[in-house]
This record gives sequence, C-alpha cells and structure tokens, in this order.
Amino acid sequence: MNLTLKIWRQKNHSDKGGFKEYKVSDISKDMSFLEMLDVLNEQLSDSGEDPVHFDHDCREGICGMCSLHINGKPHGPKQTTTCQLHMRSFSDGETITIEPWRATAFPVVKDLVVDRSSFDRIIQAGGYVSVNTGGVPDANEIPIPKRIADEAFDAATCIGCGACVAACKNASAMLFTSAKISQLAMLPQGQVERKERAERMIAQMDSEGFGACTNTGACSAECPKGISLTNIARMNREYFSAVVSSDNV
Amino acid sequence: MILDSKLPDGPLAEKWTKHKFNIKLVNPANKRKYEVIVVGTGLAGASAAASLAELGYNVKAFCFQDSPRRAHSIAAQGGINAAKNYQNDGDSVYRLFYDTIKGGDYRAREANVFRLAEVSVNIIDQCVAQGVPFAREYGGLLANRSFGGAQVSRTFYARGQTGQQLLLGAYSALSRQVANGKVKLYPRTELMDVVTVDGKARGIITRNLITGAIESHSAHAVLLCTGGYGNVFFLSTNAMGSNVTAAWRAHKKGALMANPCYTQIHPTCIPVSGDHQSKLTLMSESLRNDGRVWVPATIEMAEKLRKGQIKANDIKEEDRDYYLERKYPSFGNLVPRDVASRNAKYVCDEGRGVNETGEAVFLDFRDAIQRDGEDLIRAKYGNLFDMYQQITGENPYQGPMMIYPAVHYTMGGLWVDYNLMTNIPGLYALGEANFSDHGANRLGASALMQGLADGYFVIPYTIGDYLAQSGYDKISEDHPEFKKSEKEVKDRVQKLLSIKGEKTVDHFHKRLGKIMWDYCGMARSAEGLTKAKGMIKELKKEFWSNVKVLGDNEELNQSLEKAHRVADFIELGELMVDDALHREESCGGHFREEYQTPEGEALRDDENFAYVAAWKYQGEGQEEELVKEPLVFENVKLTQRSYK
Ligand SMILES: Cc1cc2nc3c(=O)[nH]c(=O)nc-3n(C[C@H](O)[C@H](O)[C@H](O)COP(=O)(O)OP(=O)(O)OC[C@H]3O[C@@H](n4cnc5c(N)ncnc54)[C@H](O)[C@@H]3O)c2cc1C
Ligand code: SF4
Ligand code: FES
Repeated sequence: MNLTLKIWRQKNHSDKGGFKEYKVSDISKDMSFLEMLDVLNEQLSDSGEDPVHFDHDCREGICGMCSLHINGKPHGPKQTTTCQLHMRSFSDGETITIEPWRATAFPVVKDLVVDRSSFDRIIQAGGYVSVNTGGVPDANEIPIPKRIADEAFDAATCIGCGACVAACKNASAMLFTSAKISQLAMLPQGQVERKERAERMIAQMDSEGFGACTNTGACSAECPKGISLTNIARMNREYFSAVVSSDNV
Repeated sequence: MILDSKLPDGPLAEKWTKHKFNIKLVNPANKRKYEVIVVGTGLAGASAAASLAELGYNVKAFCFQDSPRRAHSIAAQGGINAAKNYQNDGDSVYRLFYDTIKGGDYRAREANVFRLAEVSVNIIDQCVAQGVPFAREYGGLLANRSFGGAQVSRTFYARGQTGQQLLLGAYSALSRQVANGKVKLYPRTELMDVVTVDGKARGIITRNLITGAIESHSAHAVLLCTGGYGNVFFLSTNAMGSNVTAAWRAHKKGALMANPCYTQIHPTCIPVSGDHQSKLTLMSESLRNDGRVWVPATIEMAEKLRKGQIKANDIKEEDRDYYLERKYPSFGNLVPRDVASRNAKYVCDEGRGVNETGEAVFLDFRDAIQRDGEDLIRAKYGNLFDMYQQITGENPYQGPMMIYPAVHYTMGGLWVDYNLMTNIPGLYALGEANFSDHGANRLGASALMQGLADGYFVIPYTIGDYLAQSGYDKISEDHPEFKKSEKEVKDRVQKLLSIKGEKTVDHFHKRLGKIMWDYCGMARSAEGLTKAKGMIKELKKEFWSNVKVLGDNEELNQSLEKAHRVADFIELGELMVDDALHREESCGGHFREEYQTPEGEALRDDENFAYVAAWKYQGEGQEEELVKEPLVFENVKLTQRSYK
C-alpha cells in the first residue's frame, strides 16, 4: 500500500518543532508499524535527510521503549504497543499522523523520542520491597493464594511505556503508579512498607508534574497491557489509609 | 600465554564453599572507598549493581536504553531453572549440574556449572522476597514446569513473561539503591572503550546518546554485563539494540574472546515473512511441552500446502511425520534446542518445509486442546498464542503454528576465570557477555539463572578478593590513558561521520547477517567458512569507505549509534568464522558438516578439542592468536549425547 505520513520533527528539546509530510510506497500488510518507519528512514537516509528518530528496542511488546501517538491515539488504533501494531490495521492511501507523547513530565528529546525518566524516579521513591541480597526465607515459606498471586501479576505486567499518561487529558500517571503500588500491596512481601510506599510514590508522582486523575478511564482503555482501573481505586484507598494513620504528618 | 582459570581444588561439591572461605574480604567500613562501574542493567548488571551497592560499594550503572528496566532480559519468556526439587521428581543440584554439562556437549567447566546449580536455589528465594509474582498452585506454593531437554520439572515461570518479572525485581532492588545514593544511573549512555592503567581496568569512555558528549569514568573495577551478540546475524530474536561493542572494545584492549562461534539457534521462532523484516520473534519453547512438531510425510504434499491447495488440518494423521517423536522416542518434542533446530533444517532441506517460503515446520496443539481443553491451553500459553496471532494474523487455536529456527543466544563471550574476571585484572564479565557456563549449547531457562547467579551470588564475593588486594587510590579522569582513549573514540566518531558514502548502515548489517547465516549458522563447512572469511574482509573494507552516516555527533543520532555497533559486528563476524573453521568437530550449536555420525548427529572430538578456544587480539588486520584452556572432567564421563 501507499501512505502519506505526517510526522512531528523536532531537532532537540529547545527546538520548536513542527509536522513534515512524507510518502512511502509498497508497504506490505505484514510489516510492523516500526518496520514501515524503517523503510521511510532508509528512504530519507538515501536522500540525505536526517532519519526520523523514535524509541524502540525489543519489538516484541515487552520492553516498553516504543511509543508514538498515531492518529491521535497512543500506540495507534489497537490496544497493543506500536511495535506490535501491523500495517494490516491501516488502509491504502491513508494519511497517518505521528506525534510524540505529549506531557510536561515527558519532555521531547528529538522528533518522536521523549524523556520518561520521571517514571524511574517514581519507582525509586518506593516501588520495591526493601530486602538485600541473601538472608531471605525459602521461597515456599511465603505461600500466596493463587488468586492473589494472579491479581498481583496482572498489575505487575505494566511495561512502563507511558501510554496511560499520553492518553490522559490531564497527563496523569495514576495508572502506572497504582500498578506498582497495587502489586506490592496485595503481596505479603509488600506489607511492611505498605504505607510509606504509597505516600512516597504519590508525592514523587506529583512533584514530577503529572496531572490529577479525573476518572475518565482513557488510560486503561489505551494501556497495551490492559492494566485495570481498579488499581487506581486501590491506590487511593492505600493513600488515604496511609495519610490517616501516617507518622509523617 | 597461559590462562589460569583459578578453579579451586577439592571435591566438586565443596569447591565454591571452600573458595568463598579462602578469598579475601573487604572490611565493611572500607567498601565505601571503592568505585565500581557496571555496564548493563539486564539481569546480570542490575542484580550485580544492586547487590554491590547493598554491600556498600559506590556503583555507577550504565545502559543504552532510556531506562534500566528495558534491558533485553525483559523479553525472556519461558522460565528460570533452579534445583529446588519442590516437585519431588528426583531433581537435585547434581542433576541440574549434570544436565547442564551434558546439554552443553561437554564444553563447559565442571566447577562453574556446579556452582551455578548450587546457587540456583537462592535465586528463587531472592526473587520471591522481592515480590516477583511467579506462577503458583492452588495451595499457594510455587508451580514448576519442565523445559527443553530436562526430564524433571524445575522451571519456575511467570506466565510467558518470566524475564520481565525477574528484571523488574532486579530493577526494583537497583532503584532502591539509587534512592539510597549508592548507585548513580547513566541511561542512554553507551560504552565506547575500556581504559586500562598499568595493565588493570580502571574505567571506561562513554558517549552520551543525547548530547554526544564523550566522557571518562574512573573506577577500581569494571563489570561488563552487556549481553550477547546474536545481532551479528542481523535477524535474531535479540532486541534491536543488543550489540557486541562493549565486549569487542574490551577484546581489542586485550581481553580474550572465548568460543565466539558457539551460537544457539532456537527452534521455535516465527518464520521470516519478507525482506522488510527487522527482527525475529521467539515463541517460548515451553510450547514444545504440549505442541507436537511435524511436517507432511511427502514432498508432494508439502508442495500442495505451500501453494495453498490444501490446509494443514486436511492432512491425515498417517500423512504427518512427527519427526522428533519418531527419531527421538524418549525425548520426543523436548530434545535440546540444537537437535530440534537441526532437524527442522533437515526436513526443510528435503523439501518438506511448509509456509510459502518452504522454511517452516508445524507446531500443533490440536491433540493438547482435545486432551486438556482450550481453557487450560489458554491459561498456559495465552499470551504466546495472542502474540502469534498478532504477528501472523492466524489463529493457533484453530490450526497449527508455523515455526522455524532463529538465532537466539550466544554461548561464546569474554573469557573469564572462576571469579568472573577476564584476563585483564579488574575487568569482569557477567551474564550472556561471558562464555562461562553453557559450553557449546545452552539449555532452556538457564540464561536467566546464570545472569542472576553471576550478579546476586558470585560477583559480590569474588570482587572483594580483587579489591582487597588493590589500594583505594583513585585515578583521575585526566590521566593520560583516559585522554588517549577519549581521543581515539572521538577520532573514530569523526571518521564514521566523514566517510559520507552511499550505503546506509543497515545495508551493511543485512549483508553481514546473510553471510553469517549462510556460512556460520546452523551448519558450517570448511569450504563455506573460508568463503565467508573473504566476504567479510571485503565487506569491512567497503564499510569503511562507503558507509553513510548522517547528522552530527552532538545530538541524538541513531545512525551513528548503529554505525559503531555494526563496525564491531563485522570484526566479530570474522573472528567467529575463524573459530568455527578451527574447531574441526561438531559440538552443541556448532555443527560442522564434515563431522557427523552416520545418523547425522554432532560428532565431537574429545581427544583434540576438549578445550576452550580463547582468542587474543593482535592488532588491526592481524590474525588473532589462539590460546587454549584445556577442559578437565573429573566427575562426569564424556559420552555421545543421546536423546533417542
Ligand atoms: C526472546 C528471548 C527469550 C528468552 N527467553 C529465555 C528464557 O525463557 N529463559 C532463559 O533462561 N533465557 C532466555 N533468554 C535468554 C536471556 O534472556 C538472556 O540471555 C539474558 O537475559 C541476558 O541477560 P544479560 O543481563 O546478560 O544481558 P541483557 O539483558 O541483554 O542486558 C544488556 C545490558 O547491557 C547494556 N548494554 C549493552 N551494550 C552496551 C554498551 N555498549 N554500552 C552501554 N550499555 C550497554 C544494555 O543497555 C542492557 O542494559 C531469552 C532471550 C530472548 C532473546
Ligand atoms: S499502565 Fe499501561 S500504559 Fe501505563 S505505563 Fe504501564 S503499560 Fe504503559
Ligand atoms: S519496542 Fe519494546 S515494547 Fe515496543
């Protein structure tokens, strides 16, 4: 198929940036979206124009590195990652608009590449169980009902891509943050630090400049891993019970 | 040159305990006086960085992705082995050791492999304590499954996302140390060179991928945890950025590269669909527990299938050749990877392959779905089936999957001694970047185990032994050796940018990949390898005179990043070919057509080749020197591997 691509080009963080149009032809339906961009980039390089920069690594939908706002939706029309989106989801002659994630807490680095280190800092604020290597009990001394283990697993599958933030009109990071808080709040290993964890991670989230949650649910609807909104509800419960009984007030 | 592997003496089962007792310790108060550089934040790097920081060392951790959580380990699917014997099915540390040595076709060190099996049990405890959500039984205890080549159920898993969950566990431990101020993170930073002062590793040169800044970092020890080099084949199951650059630059600074030709071709990947393909996708081999591998019994029928005249489901039971079950009745579909891959190649070479290309075989769940029901199969493999459907557009619940072998893992890597130190003092290699534990073929679910064993449970002890014997003195980043290396790196960047040739970096990468796949892939011969060597030499010349790298150094420049990596892959490719050519035997993933049994199985030559082939760089354009480390087997008897 033949396509017109309207792509956001921005030289660096301080550049203003703007859209540029490109044409690609003979695109196979079996190509992934990123392979289609590879074709464009080979074309651009051949003609001496700087290739379009975008983030990607595993191309298997698991590392969370790829992003892209495609036709107004994070990761495009399907509920999957951009690297797992195939060209059969588009039709011949279509114009596709491609932009970076838009959020204050995700500044643009170049073209379609953004800086998501704010997510790392949220995890650093408490997204862990404080155990050192060695000296831990035998794994089977911590039995966990399968139902709880499965639910914690569902929350743990977040790939840290940032689509939830990009989908939200307030650029809120509640879904991402709540997924980690929920995973650890459900498991026995996470109980000891449960209160401080919620408080600290939420404080960090706020200080990074993410917006507030107004419960529209766009995040979960666009999340490639289907992280559930119940995690946000659980996080709110965690937070309020932490604040009510906090030693840090 | 003589390589000292520093293997402890004494009985196998006591070596590690004894060694831990004999090596030197750094006093807790002194640990904070040392700086350690950890390059790579995959399972090996993240676990090492976190554990060393917990002990009190000051750690700097580097990765090229935007976050340490995205290291390629995240993509591992199937599981991690550990000799827990929770299933009471006869597993033990000794059995895991034995399976790994045998699976590696007797080309690994006994002592290393035994230690790996020994610490495997601690890994599971550690991960569970971190909150890693492994699969569980209804009673709340951990579940296991059996995995390629093992007759016991010793594989722990987290749906089809084991690597993700283990890496997020290690990343959480790492994040905690970042918060504690003991680890400083350098994401989007690529290692460009290793710096040695007075023969010891004392730091690295990096390129900031956003600003292009070339910077020096000094330390008391450097750990390379930079993963494998499967992308030398262009198409592989590795992440797009996986590269050999760190290991290769260390190699050019004097670190020996061991067994580079040992590559693993994984039998269950989604077949190539066209020229546009940028990578290959693995379907976890856990699928072989329930899926049955087959091709049509006759060439005629295969042709009809390829032309779309018949469908797989139309083929009657008696017209299907379940060739693995037929040839290997006791292991059946669970034979080790190299055996499964080679047999897929044989049936396709015979003309019985399926898919339009003829380069695929079936992996069929029909019988498993009939036996267990679709729900159970969905619970076990749901995400893999979804992924398959996503990529191919076909529904594997209704017809068989199609699979074909693809490059997956590299057993070769930097030579290390028992302490995981390369032959350069103070330079260590962990995880897939080293050559240590898998011999000529790695068993499924053993790479995650090795990466975490190295990082959590080996390096925290062995690094102390080295540091305790070296002083606290810091070396300034203005030291002439740093300045010299910085200049070399800058010159190389300028050279790449100034060639302004006509062909893109990918063009060269694809050509290299094709040479490697055709002549140094699943089957190799002296004739093909000799030809490949000439072709690679030519390619290298052409690259350095005709590559086109656009843009500048002082910006995010993905073409420049790739150009550095591909330049190193080309040089590595040549060494892989040399190694494959010199090893006149077949073992594990290295199959030389000239050396096979009458039944077409790999024929080892233990008398002449029971050694580690470690290669020493001799300078630009020179042939490398081969250094041999003999392998001594005191506990296992070398036999012809048989899975009949
Ligand atoms: C699709 C797939 C599935 C797999 N499934 C399994 C499985 O089920 N079980 C199993 O045991 N094994 C599996 N493996 C193998 C296993 O995942 C890897 O061998 C293992 O994760 C490697 O870990 P590592 O820590 O050594 O390196 P990696 O995870 O590859 O990490 C490398 C790190 O080094 C950094 N790096 C690399 N080069 C540079 C440089 N020049 N400068 C700076 N940083 C650099 C990267 O940023 C990254 O952080 C699988 C592999 C693949 C490809
Ligand atoms: S919650 Fe979903 S959308 Fe948000 S970062 Fe995680 S995986 Fe991505
Ligand atoms: S590239 Fe890894 S999730 Fe898309």
